[in-house]
Amino acid sequence: MKILIIEDETELMEVIRQSLEKENFRVESAGDYDSALNKIISFDYDCILLDIMLPGGSGLDILQELKNLDKSDNVIIISAKDSLDDKLTGLELGADDYLTKPFHIAELNARIKSVLRRKSFGGKNTVELANVKLDLDDRTLHIDNQPLPLNRKEFDILSYMVVNKNRLVNKTSLAEHVWGDHMDEADDYEFIYSQIKNLRKKLKESQAGIEIQAVYGLGYKLVVL
Amino acid sequence: MKLLNHTLKYLSITLFVIISIWAAIFYVNMLDEVYDSLDDGLDNYKLLIIKKAEEDSSILSKKEFAESNYEIRELPESIAISRKDVHQDTLMYMLNEEDYEPVRMLTSAFTLNDKYYELKVISSMVEEDDLIEDLLYSLIWLYVAMIASILIVNNFLLKKTWKPFYLLLDQLKQFKLGKDAMITPAETQVKEFKELNEAVSLLLDRTLETYQGQKQFIENASHELQTPLAISINKLELLSEREDLTENNLVAIGQVIQTLERLKRLNKSLLLLSKIENKQFQDNEQVDINAIFKNLIEEFSDFAEYKNVQISFQENGQLYTFMNKNLAEIFITNFLKNAIVHNTENGSVDVTVNSSSFTVHNSGSNVPLDGQRIFQRFHKKSNEKNNTGLGLAIVKAISDLYGLSVKYDFDNGHKMTVSFK
Repeated sequence: MKILIIEDETELMEVIRQSLEKENFRVESAGDYDSALNKIISFDYDCILLDIMLPGGSGLDILQELKNLDKSDNVIIISAKDSLDDKLTGLELGADDYLTKPFHIAELNARIKSVLRRKSFGGKNTVELANVKLDLDDRTLHIDNQPLPLNRKEFDILSYMVVNKNRLVNKTSLAEHVWGDHMDEADDYEFIYSQIKNLRKKLKESQAGIEIQAVYGLGYKLVVL
Repeated sequence: MKLLNHTLKYLSITLFVIISIWAAIFYVNMLDEVYDSLDDGLDNYKLLIIKKAEEDSSILSKKEFAESNYEIRELPESIAISRKDVHQDTLMYMLNEEDYEPVRMLTSAFTLNDKYYELKVISSMVEEDDLIEDLLYSLIWLYVAMIASILIVNNFLLKKTWKPFYLLLDQLKQFKLGKDAMITPAETQVKEFKELNEAVSLLLDRTLETYQGQKQFIENASHELQTPLAISINKLELLSEREDLTENNLVAIGQVIQTLERLKRLNKSLLLLSKIENKQFQDNEQVDINAIFKNLIEEFSDFAEYKNVQISFQENGQLYTFMNKNLAEIFITNFLKNAIVHNTENGSVDVTVNSSSFTVHNSGSNVPLDGQRIFQRFHKKSNEKNNTGLGLAIVKAISDLYGLSVKYDFDNGHKMTVSFK
């Protein structure tokens, strides 16, 4: 899987690159408008992360070029601008997703994998790990082909943890992903623990081959047993 | 008072004064001319009578006016010599009017064949009271006609002339910064309106420029702050995944991440506040407040459970309002969050929605809050590290934007009441 990061902030680009290489992706990068344009015309990528404000031009123009090349469907815009206009323009130009900085690495991971799933598995939006199978469209969980009912939040937590398997998921990141942005200021997000406790119990009872571990003070990690 | 009527008021007063003064002068002048003409006639008549008397002495014995308009009497010489021609007004009984009417009389003296005579000639004259009355009525009619015609001219012609002005005014009332619709002034030949249109256009251009500049600044500020924040948080997240860290290291990293998260929230809240105050939320729609409450109460249920707070929701009516949906959610989120955060163990949050208002009541400290100061920025109790102190400031900014009233009461707990128009 080949991913292109178009981002002018070298440090941010480097962090994203390191994180993606942990997932065994091949990562290339472009730091300005012209080199980005060269790369998208010359090569094909499975996913493109695109910053809007770039030296030498606007990321939206690159998106337009990608649309002309019919390659815009695997673009995730990463912008510091939480601007509805840009978001709408970006999505109209065929971008798959729009992520506002600052974002969590786990969130970026989840979005990238969602793009890749849609591209790779012929529209089959499922994730399999050990004896666990998640269908993200039907929102169902099967363990050893036995269905295990989950409530909405449990399912969201599990799918987020599964796409970030073996990675440390920050509890803020998890709370924002599952409960939305509304929950900021909410006492260090300790409240998410009760849902995780229930989920862990269900997974254990169904003898799932995965486990959600707590990392003290930081968050959680899903590991294959 | 409308401009049209305003001018009419002053015009009618001025016209009244001018017409009154003019009437007085006109009356005096006209009367003067009438007398002058009458007196000339009488003088001429006098000469004719004297000439006739020289030919026909019989008329010298005409001592009564009777059917004619003169009388002659003999005078002693001593009186006659000192007699001068006198024109005067007097009254005489008129058969046709059956009343005494004013007449003009010339009293003169002449000499014929060494005898002296007194001659009185009369001429009927204008009836002054009738004249004044006629004049008054004519003037009233003139005045009414003028006011009426000014009214008509005002309402049709002036209204037409002022049309570009009112058009501009309507557009200015509708104008909202940041909306695409620009003001398009009507074509006009009037210099003042042309200048007004130009001045307004220039002013708006400058304001828009400033507004765009400010918007740009907010976005740039956002960019400049968000990116270092993103780098810091993401680097720490990567760092925390390293295998060689001790538990103490992890705790320390976790604390730094939490602190940076606070900074992120603060930055986000400040940006949101500026955006609201700069009226950058324009896309209003019909918003179902009941549905938003239901949805958010569900979102908050885990948090409430964790805090041991019971949320109840009562719908007395269906509340719709016209506003930006994001802002509506932020608005309600802030009330719910406050009510849960500033609560007590085993406390409660009671939400009531009516057809034109909602209340959020929560148990909490027994000390009433300062209803004015709680809406100020960064007004918070010092020990709450997870509170940006901007929540209620954002609530106030949103309520100001949409003209909602937000009231705090202490009623066996803290109660927020929001009334929609």
